[in-house]
Amino acid sequence: MKKYLSFFRIRFLNSLQYRAAAYAGMATQFFWGGMLVLMYRAFYRADAAAFPMAFQQTASYVWLQQAFLWLFMTWGYDNEIFAQITQGTIAYELARPIPVYSMWFLKQAANRSAGAFLRCIPVLTVSFLLPKPYGLMLPDSIQTLLLFLMTLVLGFFTMLAFQMLAYILVFYTMSPSGVRMVMATAGEFLSGGLIPIPFMPQKMQDILTLTPFAAMQNLPLRVYIGDIAGGELANAVILQLFWLAALLFVGNLWIRRALRRVVVQGG
Amino acid sequence: MIELNHISKTFRIAKRNAGMKEAVKALFRKEYTEIHALQDISFSIGKGEMVGYIGPNGAGKSSTIKVMSGILTPDSGECRIDGLVPWKNRKEHVRRIGVVFGQRSQLWWDVPVIDSMELLRDIYEVEPARYCRNLDMLAQMLELGEILRTPARQLSLGQRMRCEIAASLIHSPKILFLDEPTIGLDAVSKIAVRDFIRQLNAEQKTTVILTTHDMQDIEALTQRILLIGKGRILLDGSLEQLKARNSAVRTLTVEFSGGDFVPVEGEGIHTVQLRSGHGVFAVDTRILSVSKAIEQLSAHAEITDLSVAGISAEELVVSLYEEFQI
Repeated sequence: MKKYLSFFRIRFLNSLQYRAAAYAGMATQFFWGGMLVLMYRAFYRADAAAFPMAFQQTASYVWLQQAFLWLFMTWGYDNEIFAQITQGTIAYELARPIPVYSMWFLKQAANRSAGAFLRCIPVLTVSFLLPKPYGLMLPDSIQTLLLFLMTLVLGFFTMLAFQMLAYILVFYTMSPSGVRMVMATAGEFLSGGLIPIPFMPQKMQDILTLTPFAAMQNLPLRVYIGDIAGGELANAVILQLFWLAALLFVGNLWIRRALRRVVVQGG
Repeated sequence: MIELNHISKTFRIAKRNAGMKEAVKALFRKEYTEIHALQDISFSIGKGEMVGYIGPNGAGKSSTIKVMSGILTPDSGECRIDGLVPWKNRKEHVRRIGVVFGQRSQLWWDVPVIDSMELLRDIYEVEPARYCRNLDMLAQMLELGEILRTPARQLSLGQRMRCEIAASLIHSPKILFLDEPTIGLDAVSKIAVRDFIRQLNAEQKTTVILTTHDMQDIEALTQRILLIGKGRILLDGSLEQLKARNSAVRTLTVEFSGGDFVPVEGEGIHTVQLRSGHGVFAVDTRILSVSKAIEQLSAHAEITDLSVAGISAEELVVSLYEEFQI
C-alpha cells in the first residue's frame, strides 16, 4: 500500500509537472462528453423508445465515462513499460525486491488513478451542475453508490490485469504497436467505451456479458445509473471477481515464463 | 561472499543475410546461431574486495553481472552470493545489492531526482532515519546538493551518473555492481566517481565489482583483476602481478625520417603501431635487448627521436587480448 502511494505520488507529481497537458485533458473531456450527450439527444429526439435506457441515464453514463476515462481507457498504455521491455531497462526492474508483475501493476494503478484523480473532480462537479436531463444524475440510494464504488474498484483492477497481458505479450513480439492497436480498437468497443453494451444487439450482449470486457467500465457505470440491479448485478459481480482472479493468475504465470527467456543484450 | 562455479549461458541469435529475398525467407524459417556468452565461469570474491572485471566488447562481462544480480538465469552452474542463489532467491538477494548499469537509467525522467530517491526508499522499505542518513552521506560525498532538486532529464551525463550511483546505494547494499560506471564521462566526473567508489569501499567495506573499458578506472580502483574473453575467465590476479608477468616487455616509441618502415616482426620484437614518421614497437627484453632492438630499427630508417617505457595498464590489456587471441 505504501509502495502504491509512493508510485501514486510520483505519478501525480509527474502529471502536475505538465500542467498544460492536464488542462488540455480536462478540456477534451468536457468537449467530448458534451458532443456525445448532444449526439444522443438527437437520436433520442428521433425515437426515444428505441433505447434501452432513459436519456438522463445515457447522459450520466457519458459523464461518468469521461470522469473516469483514465481508469478504463483501453488505449492508454505506459510507454515507459514498453520501453523497458524493448530497450532493456527492465534490467533495473528485475534488480528490485518487488516482483515485476506487482511493480507494473502498481505503476499502472498509480498512473491511471493519479490521472483520473486530476480529471474526475472538475468533470463530476460541472456535470452535476448541468440542467436536468443533460447532466449527471444522483444515484438512487446510498447502497447504489457503495455498490458503484465497489464495482468501480474491481472493474479498474480487472482492466489493469487485462492490460498486463498486453505488456507481457510484448516480451514476445518486441513491438508494442500491434498489441496497442488491437487493444485500443477492439477493447474499446467490446468494453462499452464506444457505445454502452446495452445498446448492442441482444446476441452480442449475451456473449459480451460473459467476457472480462463487461467487467470493466460497463458494470460500475450501469450500477450507478440503476440499469443493473438485483440478481443480475449479483451474477455480474461474481463474474467480475472470477475474471479478476483468472486474469491475475494467468498474468502472473505468464510473466514468470516470459522472464525466464528475457535476455538483456549489450552493455 | 560471492561464489561462482561453472556458470554457463548460451544465447540464440537470429541471423540472416542482407536483402529482400533473405528477409522473406526468414519469415518462414529463421536461422539461429548459438552464442556461448559464458562458458564455465568460476571465481570467488571475498567481503570488502574491489574487483575489476575486464574484457573486450561481447566477452561476457555484463552477462556475468546480470547473472550475479539475478537478472539472467544461467543454463548451468552454481552461484551463491552471501548464501543465496540470485535467480532463485531474487527478492531477498536484490535487497542486499546495488546495481548501476552505465548505459541505462533508473531515475524517473521528468521529476526531480529527490522524488526518485523517495520512491526507491519505499520500494526497498528503508527506514526514514537510515534513509536520511544515507542520503545526507551520499549527497555530501557525491556533491549532489542542488542536483537532487533538478529533473533527471535536465542533468548532464556526469551529474546523472552520480545520481544513478547514489540511487543504487540508498538501501545500503553490501555489494555494489557497477557496469561501466564511467562510460562517456569527462575527466573531472570520472575522477569524482572513482574517488567516491574508493571511499565507499574503504569506509563502508562495500564489496565492489566493476566492469569497465577504462584502464584508469582499473588502475585507480581495483586490487584485483578478472579478465574474461569469449565467455571464459582467462586471468585472475592483481594488477601488479599482471604487470610483472609482462615486465620484460618494453615499449619503444620511435620518430623517424626518411624511408618507409616495413613492419618489423622478429624474435622478441613486434610492431604495435606504425604510420609515417612514427612507430611503436614492443620489445621482449628476455629475448632481445633494447639496444639490439634500436640497432635493428635504425637499420631501416633515420631515427630522430626515441623513448623507452614500461608497460601501461592499457597496453597490458591489449597485450593480454593478443596473447589470448580474443
